[in-house]
Amino acid sequence: MRSDDVKSKREYKLRIPSQTENLELIRHFVGLVAKKVGFSEDDIGKIELATDEACTNVIKHAYEPGQDQTLDVLIKLDYQKFTVMVTDHGKGFQPDKIKIPNMKQYLAELRVGGLGIFLMRTLMDEVDYDIKPGVRNQVKMVKYFIDQKNSRAIKSENQMK
Amino acid sequence: MNNFQVIRNDDDKVTTLRIAGFLDAHTAPMLEREIEKLLEEGRYRILVDFAELGYISSAGLGVFMGYIEQVRENNGDIKMCRMNDKIYRVFDLLGFPTLYDIVTDEEMARAKFVQSSQGRVDRQDN
Repeated sequence: MRSDDVKSKREYKLRIPSQTENLELIRHFVGLVAKKVGFSEDDIGKIELATDEACTNVIKHAYEPGQDQTLDVLIKLDYQKFTVMVTDHGKGFQPDKIKIPNMKQYLAELRVGGLGIFLMRTLMDEVDYDIKPGVRNQVKMVKYFIDQKNSRAIKSENQMK
Repeated sequence: MNNFQVIRNDDDKVTTLRIAGFLDAHTAPMLEREIEKLLEEGRYRILVDFAELGYISSAGLGVFMGYIEQVRENNGDIKMCRMNDKIYRVFDLLGFPTLYDIVTDEEMARAKFVQSSQGRVDRQDN
């Protein structure tokens, strides 16, 4: 990992038209910042893909077709983690109704779509939603600089006891 | 900006689609159109060569999910070869290797088509 000054409390923001043709540019943006703070090629790929999936959901579902709208991609850096926030002002959805697909069943049924949310949850350490339809909808995804998955697993085991 | 390409190559049995660039929600419709054309022409043995593909998102994976049922109902298949590690990891994460033949080179993929058709003949004989 590079020096702490790069990671200390910095923000990078991209406001961009909500169109699929901009997905490549969005991936490039998050990828460059992830590279700058020293993530491995593997982790950079995961952050790019998770961000693409979040933005694709916004572009496909947040606005009515033909609406000329924007979405925001905000990256926040602190000492521990890399946070990507994707924000739109469209119609939103109910996060408690999102079902994480059971992949075995999913593949057996040859279903189409819905893979994006599974990927986001698998690729990132944390995924949270803050939905206020028509006002502001936000997906927040976190990647820790040190892999926290093991310690999170221990925490969730303890919570279950 | 459109960094995706599909190059089609037919032989008497199998159609090879060589895909290159980035396969995301913007470019996936291009691949859909190519596969739809093949199905309209009754070409159900499709070999996808991933050697030049640099990126895939769920929109790209969804294209293969979208047609596999119709292809297999017509005694065909979509087989995949020459994926780089990055692309393979995405397929693997979603469990796709249980659903598709993903092999290292084109010859192996072609051999899989031969095996599948022999398998069908054997089953019909029984």
